[in-house]
Amino acid sequence: MTTPEPSSPRPPDHTTPKPAASPPESDRTAPRSPGTAAPHSSGTTAPHSSGTTEPAAFPPSIPPVDSGSPGGRGGARVVAFRAGLHRARVEFRQSATSAQDVWGALFLPAVALVVMYLLRHNTVPGTGFSLGSQSIPGVLGLNVVFSGMMALAMTLTMDREDGTLLRAKATPNGMIGYLTGKVLSRAGMAVAGALVPLVPAAFLFDGLRLGEVSSWLTLSWVLAIGLVAVLPIGAVLGSLFESAQAMGVITLPLMALMAVSGVFYPLTALPGWLQVVAQLFPVYWLGLGLRSALLPDALAAAEVGDSWRHLETAGVLGAWALLGFALAPAVLRRMARRKSGSAVAARRAKALQRPL
Amino acid sequence: MPSTSAQVDDELSRGHFNEKIEGMNPGDIEKEKPDEPAIETRGLRMRYGSADVLRGVDLRVRRGEVVALLGPNGAGKTTTIEILEGFRRRSAGEVRVLGTDPDDGDEAWRARLGIVLQSWRDHGRWRVRELLDQLGRYYTPYSTAERRRPYDPQELIGLVGLEGQAEASVARLSGGQRRRLDVAIGLVGRPELLFLDEPTVGFDPQARQDFHELVRRLADLEDTTILLTTHDLDEAERLADRILILVGGVIVADGGAAELTRRVSGKAEVRYNLDGEWHAASVEDAAGYVRGLFERHGDAVTDLEVRRTRLEEVYLAMVRDFESAGHAEVPGRLAEVPA
Repeated sequence: MTTPEPSSPRPPDHTTPKPAASPPESDRTAPRSPGTAAPHSSGTTAPHSSGTTEPAAFPPSIPPVDSGSPGGRGGARVVAFRAGLHRARVEFRQSATSAQDVWGALFLPAVALVVMYLLRHNTVPGTGFSLGSQSIPGVLGLNVVFSGMMALAMTLTMDREDGTLLRAKATPNGMIGYLTGKVLSRAGMAVAGALVPLVPAAFLFDGLRLGEVSSWLTLSWVLAIGLVAVLPIGAVLGSLFESAQAMGVITLPLMALMAVSGVFYPLTALPGWLQVVAQLFPVYWLGLGLRSALLPDALAAAEVGDSWRHLETAGVLGAWALLGFALAPAVLRRMARRKSGSAVAARRAKALQRPL
Repeated sequence: MPSTSAQVDDELSRGHFNEKIEGMNPGDIEKEKPDEPAIETRGLRMRYGSADVLRGVDLRVRRGEVVALLGPNGAGKTTTIEILEGFRRRSAGEVRVLGTDPDDGDEAWRARLGIVLQSWRDHGRWRVRELLDQLGRYYTPYSTAERRRPYDPQELIGLVGLEGQAEASVARLSGGQRRRLDVAIGLVGRPELLFLDEPTVGFDPQARQDFHELVRRLADLEDTTILLTTHDLDEAERLADRILILVGGVIVADGGAAELTRRVSGKAEVRYNLDGEWHAASVEDAAGYVRGLFERHGDAVTDLEVRRTRLEEVYLAMVRDFESAGHAEVPGRLAEVPA
């Protein structure tokens, strides 16, 4: 994108927006010579040149008008939010009925279930508990990150390329509805990606506490706060990367983070500094929270501090949520602003490539 | 055509009764001002880096007018239209679109515009009716007594002739169908002003003709102001009340097709055969010249041909001049172009 921002400074010779002072204005009555020196006759009537020039006659811009209406701007935004809920429903249905999307959401747990089933006779060191069962909640946590955060980031970059985002910009309050729809439909897929694998897991593995109300309560709040933590990050990532391909660079660090997040390997077995790094990111805490929901309490002994650390889980995930919500609006706005610029640039480049 | 319009008219009026808009308070949005121009620009300039794309564009579009912005590729048509839509910031000049500077345009202003850009590939998984329903929802708060917003999806599908594809997914539409859907989406908020950027690129002749009919119908029935860009003079002549020719970032001609033709066809070419030899003359008064010719030579004149210079030739000559000059020179006004 070599084209400058659309908001780049206006050329110095035309900076004054006042009609009275702007050079084009003075050009109008004289033989027209906008820009360069080619002379023009007045053979064609310019739209405005009805004899005398009246530089001050250019109509003033009418200020925003909708704030005075009963529903006002807020009412229109509520309508847009509701339209966003409709969008979320439709897009969730589209994803849930698309083989590609379903595969994307269930690929990781499916592979994990098979591997863990083969390893089911190994036990967590120091206990008689199956290592396979112990790993399942962490895998589901990873899956939330993948089908929530990464999928949202991917969708945003792709929608920027195909014009979906520009369509939202062309619609009044369209960005509100667009983001509501995207975030909620991706959240829906992430929840489905976490819950659906529990069905086969219940048959394949022993020891998961699926029959207790308390485990479902824990599962609910961990998933909720986890999604609120990772989805805004997904939105930020999706806005920062130019294309879906460029997002590839983020996969590697994410893989590294997964490896040290205590899903496949107990965190306590890692060097101290790695433990600190892992505990800075939401992946570990999502996994820990889900383990606390689905595993017997005795297994807390295998965790850092011999505890499920619910308070810390809520704290770290909450901090990420705050960070995400602080960053996301500004980054998303920047993305929406830049969109039209790059679209024009691309089109212009294409136009210039034509043989002249 | 008359029967079609009557039928659509009927559909439109039924639509008014069928529509139920919640939370709508008629007339709580500003009234339309018929005397105010829909679009007005003065000295509009756009510069990308060191390249001037627009070099002082003055244009004025009245309410209810259909205006074609005609010009070759790279003339600045899309840039102009994107500035008017509020998608680009201009470098200099004054712009009012529906009375508001597009740079300050808010959502209520946006609700009064319909936008059809050059290429959309979005919402491929959505079904046609579903998508029109979704995008229409955002316009309900902006409904007024004069303009019920949004359009009923089914009615809109009928208007653009996609009845057979209402439940088809967007990705499965043909190019022409896709373009008609784009127009339908541009219309879903019943816009006062509709922007169409190269609406018929890639259309076959039949699709093109259908589309032209649709545009005329919209202008007639809905009193929609339409600004469309095209590089096809024929299309501009068919569709527009007025043609603005944009070459090299300035408007070089402005007028109705007939008016422009008259302006360039002040001269006519007379070719005739005199005693077996061909002669040609470019003259102002063709009839007088031919009369004189017969008076002087009588029967010796055979094979006479009088041709008025056509607008198309002038336009093409202008485009050629501009392109051979490497986009550097500002072209002269239409009247100056040697015909």
